[in-house]
Amino acid sequence: MSVIPASIGRFFHRTASPPYFYALADKLIPWLTAILLVLLVCGLYGGLYLAPSDYQQGDSYRIIYIHVPAAWMSLFVYVLMAVMAGIALVWRMKLAEVMLIASAPVGAGFTFIALVTGSLWGKPMWGTWWVWDARLTFELILLFQYLGVVSLYSAIEDKRSAAKEVAILALVGVVNVPIIHYSVEWWSTLHQGPTVTKLDKPSIHVTMLIPLLLMALAFKFYYLIAVLQNAKLELLKRESSSQWVKNLLEKKA
Amino acid sequence: MIAAFFAVIRRDLLLAFRRRAEMANPLFFFVLVVTLFPLAVGAQPHLLQEMAPGVIWVSALLAALLSLDGMFRSDFEDGSLEQMLLSSQPLAILVLGKIIAHWLVTGLPLLLAAPLLAMFLGLPEQAMGTLWLTLILATPLLSLIGAIGVALTVGLRRGGMILSLLVLPLYVPVLIFASSAVGRAAEGLPVSAQLNILLAMLLAAMVLVPLPTSIALKMSVN
Repeated sequence: MSVIPASIGRFFHRTASPPYFYALADKLIPWLTAILLVLLVCGLYGGLYLAPSDYQQGDSYRIIYIHVPAAWMSLFVYVLMAVMAGIALVWRMKLAEVMLIASAPVGAGFTFIALVTGSLWGKPMWGTWWVWDARLTFELILLFQYLGVVSLYSAIEDKRSAAKEVAILALVGVVNVPIIHYSVEWWSTLHQGPTVTKLDKPSIHVTMLIPLLLMALAFKFYYLIAVLQNAKLELLKRESSSQWVKNLLEKKA
Repeated sequence: MIAAFFAVIRRDLLLAFRRRAEMANPLFFFVLVVTLFPLAVGAQPHLLQEMAPGVIWVSALLAALLSLDGMFRSDFEDGSLEQMLLSSQPLAILVLGKIIAHWLVTGLPLLLAAPLLAMFLGLPEQAMGTLWLTLILATPLLSLIGAIGVALTVGLRRGGMILSLLVLPLYVPVLIFASSAVGRAAEGLPVSAQLNILLAMLLAAMVLVPLPTSIALKMSVN
């Protein structure tokens, strides 16, 4: 603990208390929403209007402004979940459990969006909705891992122990993610798809890259907002009998 | 500690031998699922031959999955799991013993059925040895990985569906390497890379799996 400055330690401990976190989330969400909107407008304007169309793919490449950030987030959220799972198991922080649970459906959503937009892009480009390509297969298995987390949590009645079991599952899953990644890659080089000739990836031009990065940032903010909303709801459900929730309800009423 | 480890294995084997009829069930299931494939896709020999490694391995995976639920179930219900948690021996060792016993009872018999199924599907003879080897290396892996899932769901009344949802994504690498080893052997190609990776995964899993399994068991029982 001595490595960490005392002020940061205090902030950490204060944030871990549910009422404080709830109030903080309430305060943060409008700001985050404003930033998200700015980023989203800039990114979409840059991506859909300013960026030139691709010389090979025409305008249909523009789906990458949704697809690529979603695919990045799908992995990012899973790793983040594993980090929170570690915190929840080692330091028994309730808030880490709540954030872990709140992240799972959002991450599943990103994975789903990545799969759907990928297949929408694949139809005109590859001529088929679905190819058993390494990345697609990997994303699909990742989606199943997310769904496993969500369904395990909802199946266990006692939410406190459910969160811990989910934390173990998330940690086991994250060990498995690179193994699945490499094995799937290996598998798809053995079973070379017969119809698909992937276009060589041209190095991306700056006018296309900047909107992409803006969108990636926007997705990060969207994730934050969604997770905070989910976590607020989860906290209210868990602490429904505690005093601060009652005070909150009285104030609202 | 080693005595406790072997005591757990002996006890589980004894319990299994007292109910011999149940022991044969995964084996029947294995054969039955493989039988379904020619009925569903047609009995053209070259088609079956090409599909044989995949079909055998998917069936082995399903048979292992079905038998998983019994790993901790009866111990959980009669309370002996709690005794194990309370015992002075390290839980991870006892858990490893239980997993090994489970594999001896449900995974090892699958080896017996393998030649029969290879004959059904017309798998070339040179692939037989590889099929045995992959079964020896990978069925314990299935029991090990599955143990984590079982430990997480043993407290649930209807854990079966969720168990398969949790465990099947984790089985993907095993399936890929095992079936590709058999497939390559059928074509007469070298398979040492696949077998080495399976062996590496098995050794890693033997070290890594007992710990999260025992933590999950403690949570499920409370």
